[in-house]
Amino acid sequence: MAYFEDTYDIVVVGAGHAGCEASLACARLGFETICFTVSMDSVALMPCNPNIGGSSKGHLVREIDALGGEMGKNIDKTYIQSKMLNGSKGPAVHSLRAQADKQKYTYEMRHVMENTEHLTLKQAEVSEILVEDGKVTGVKTYSGATYHAKAVILCTGTYLKARCIYGDVSTYTGPNGLSSADHLTDSLKALGIEMYRFKTGTPARVDKRSIDFSVMEEQKGDEKIVPFSFTNREEDIKKEQISCWLTYTNEKTHEIIRNNIDRSPLYSGMIEGTGPRYCPSVEDKIMKFPDKERHQVFIEPEGEYTNEMYVGGMSSSMPEDVQYEMYRSVKGMENVKIVRNAYAIEYDCINATQLKPSLEFKKIDGLFSGGQFNGSSGYEEAAAQGLMAGINAARKLQGKDPIVLERSDGYIGVLIDDLVTKETHEPYRMMTSRAEYRLLLRQDNADLRLTPIGYEIGLIEQERYDYLVWKKEAIEKEVARLESTYVGGKKEVQELLEKNNSTPLKTAVSLAELIRRPELSYELIAPIDENREELSEDVIEQVNINIKYDGYIRRQLHQVEQAKKLEAKRIPENIVYEEIHNLRKEAIQKLNAIRPVSIGQANRISGVSPSDISVLLIHLDQMRYSS
Amino acid sequence: MMKTDTIAGIATAMTNSGIGIIRISGERAIPIIKEIFRPRNTKKDMETVESYTAHYGFIEENGEVIDECIVLVMKAPSTYTREDVVEIDSHGGVVVMKKILELVLRHGARPAEPGEFTKRAFLNGRIDLSQAEAVMDLISAKNEFAMESSLKQLRGSVRKKIESLRKEIIHQVAFIESALDDPEHYNVDGYGEELLGVLEPVQKQIDRLIASSSDGKILKEGIKTAIVGKPNAGKSSLLNVMVGEERAIVTEIAGTTRDTLEESIHIHGIPLQIIDTAGIRDTEDIVEKIGVNKAKNVLDEADLVLYVIDGSKELDENDLAIMELIQDKKVITLVNKADLEKKIAVEEVKEKLKEPVIAISAKDETGMEEFYDALKEMFFEGQLEFNDEIYITNMRHKTALINAKESLLQVVESIKQQMPEDFYSIDLMDAYEELGFIIGESLEEDLVNEIFREFCMGK
Repeated sequence: MAYFEDTYDIVVVGAGHAGCEASLACARLGFETICFTVSMDSVALMPCNPNIGGSSKGHLVREIDALGGEMGKNIDKTYIQSKMLNGSKGPAVHSLRAQADKQKYTYEMRHVMENTEHLTLKQAEVSEILVEDGKVTGVKTYSGATYHAKAVILCTGTYLKARCIYGDVSTYTGPNGLSSADHLTDSLKALGIEMYRFKTGTPARVDKRSIDFSVMEEQKGDEKIVPFSFTNREEDIKKEQISCWLTYTNEKTHEIIRNNIDRSPLYSGMIEGTGPRYCPSVEDKIMKFPDKERHQVFIEPEGEYTNEMYVGGMSSSMPEDVQYEMYRSVKGMENVKIVRNAYAIEYDCINATQLKPSLEFKKIDGLFSGGQFNGSSGYEEAAAQGLMAGINAARKLQGKDPIVLERSDGYIGVLIDDLVTKETHEPYRMMTSRAEYRLLLRQDNADLRLTPIGYEIGLIEQERYDYLVWKKEAIEKEVARLESTYVGGKKEVQELLEKNNSTPLKTAVSLAELIRRPELSYELIAPIDENREELSEDVIEQVNINIKYDGYIRRQLHQVEQAKKLEAKRIPENIVYEEIHNLRKEAIQKLNAIRPVSIGQANRISGVSPSDISVLLIHLDQMRYSS
Repeated sequence: MMKTDTIAGIATAMTNSGIGIIRISGERAIPIIKEIFRPRNTKKDMETVESYTAHYGFIEENGEVIDECIVLVMKAPSTYTREDVVEIDSHGGVVVMKKILELVLRHGARPAEPGEFTKRAFLNGRIDLSQAEAVMDLISAKNEFAMESSLKQLRGSVRKKIESLRKEIIHQVAFIESALDDPEHYNVDGYGEELLGVLEPVQKQIDRLIASSSDGKILKEGIKTAIVGKPNAGKSSLLNVMVGEERAIVTEIAGTTRDTLEESIHIHGIPLQIIDTAGIRDTEDIVEKIGVNKAKNVLDEADLVLYVIDGSKELDENDLAIMELIQDKKVITLVNKADLEKKIAVEEVKEKLKEPVIAISAKDETGMEEFYDALKEMFFEGQLEFNDEIYITNMRHKTALINAKESLLQVVESIKQQMPEDFYSIDLMDAYEELGFIIGESLEEDLVNEIFREFCMGK
């Protein structure tokens, strides 16, 4: 029976990684928030890979933390292995990844959610979004209860009309057999929201006892632990780590897959949704890289208290019997027992170009969305959007301007700009190459970049902000000191240089100049730096990077400056593209669909050419001059 | 309308002949002319004269006459710039014009930037951009191949060249990025060395473009064209037709100078520079006379080969030898002597050679239009590359090239310093962007200014 239940400031639909961040942000900013989930047991569930972070995703988590989000803290509590990836590459591509104890991750996040003031968790399926005069007014659950709210944030993940498939078996469930949310799509469509259908997949989980690890390569965690959260120090979270294992597919595996390819629902046409190119199923890999002799397979623990192991790199939607055959062809897995089958999952999501950069729907006031619902993939991408959607919903209620991070502010800025500007026809995955200014957007300086913004929003406590201000000053002071401290060709200097295979000095140089030498560093020149004060590790790291890569950083800053000029050219909201002569039809259509806020954004829309942008620029100049 | 300062410039070409115009636009235009101009009719007050009236008198400085001239007064808003405009028609030549301009500037105007009058006209709504074709042409010329004037044709070739350089650079960036995202499938070990090898020719080409860009250089040379064919195939008749009757006669009278005269010809505006015309004019065939090696040299130098076949004779060894030589060149094959009985069908030649193959008669001058069309098509599509020296005439483009070069040097430096691979792409991208400015693929924030800068001073 339909009835009115309650009134909240903000409703969040979904309690996955996006929903949790959105709910926490709203509640922490003082808004009465209710978060709906189809199952209380699936709060912050990790239904796919058992890790957080990784290449470029690690950056997202650091940024979430710098803004005052929860993901970094939660993985620091629940990690079982930690690694800094790409250590041999430049600092821009260093990326943190931690294996999680999945169960623990879920419980810890649920614990935080349950104990946050102003936040209510509720198990119910939201089936309808209530809108009046283009403004959201609340939601209705499948059980008939109406909740009023000033803002609603949709974080439905992969649950909307979800269908799981392997071979010819298909079930209408969400991930892990959880119940799907079957009713909301119709309500969204009725509101005029354009829906897409995407698919993704996950590999099998296998029994640890059935694997021969002796023929696999052990993948240990790092000696030195770098916490995800800037609020943690290494000693706060250091613990015994659990290993992962590396093995490979082989020609036999590939043959099994090729022989059974017609039984894969991906290839038989049973799956209609579009899958991610960058996280392909093993059958996609075999078919698309026919020359590759082997592919990596990572065996990763799902947690500390379970024997289930995740078979990374071999996600599949093959029938069960083929799955057995193919997994058992892999070295060390000859006798493997499958605990849970691999499967593909199809779900409804939206065309995210319907959103403003604030993640609010252009056409429905007060309706926000984040996460896989927006067409992304990955826990980290979801959490980042959830956080921003939560922040901006709260700010709307506060009567403040939304926070829109630019591409030069962080990976979060890149992620959201890509989603709302470029139409994605497959699940969007964050990648290092998507960030133009990655030397500035390092994982090590996320706090310096974003914590001031988090403080302004109100998600960063005073103490943490004060520390940041101090840290920033300490870095600047130390860099300045090193730039202006000169050493000459004294004996101990020359000896130190010789010891490190560095050319001896002919004239005096600054200490910074020495640090810039590839073979030297801040730490290495300590013996000849007489007036050095003791500094904390995080300050030293920044000093080193800022000095060593100074030229590159400056050039990248210049690139940002150039780009910002285009971002600063705002396009009036009421612009009528049809009235601009010389704009091509296709451009008018695209510009109308996206309604970019700036020339910079317009320039990133596919189908809008440089000459269209030129015409637009001229039009704006003329408007400005004549007004 | 925005209040702006007053600008002045010489609106006509800076030559010593004829009349020159100094144009002043802005609030101070009329007060300035009042200060420096003494009308013949001394009762006239320049501030109160009617708009669109001409006045005869003298430009004076400290009581000394600089020039006698006619002054046109046009009052806002019905003027080109929608501001007060004064034009001084002087006929004193370059030195006097400069003197007058300096005087105007001393009285409170500032020198107009290139294109600034047009820019003001545009920004003040005097000309609608959608109708101001000259301006829009400039924009579209950056983006399309549809080139009309020979200047734009040249831009087409520049575009082609720049595009190929950019493609090479972006390919490298793409590889680095792929390797960062998917280290399993892309290996960057030793990539630095490889990149050095790739960048070297790119840098060289940019260097050549920069070297060619000395200011104001006029189109001197054209597409280096070799006419080849066995004896009596009709090479010289063809050349005569292409050069045109008149010129051919001049040539014969001039005797020894004919080769230089014939060096450069224009076919529908396309500049061709015929190589080794002496070899053609001689009755002997170049392949025979100066030997295959020399012929090879001539062909090496050629951007375009016109291969003349005698259609009234069967193909022989000579033809086969030539075909072998021109295999990798851009060739237009002309089956001559269509007026005589055919021994070789065009179809037969097409089997052996790439298109275009065209039947002509140099004697009757038939088939020539078809040949010229084929030539034009090759040119417009940018298939014909020719001497770089004519390419870069624009200062902005030169600056972009220099910047691109510096960025690539930066990459080389990074490789030598053994920086991690991900650092390379920062400077590679800079080079890519800079080159993009030349062909309008990179966005210039200050576009309006850039466009109007391309107009002449004083316009």
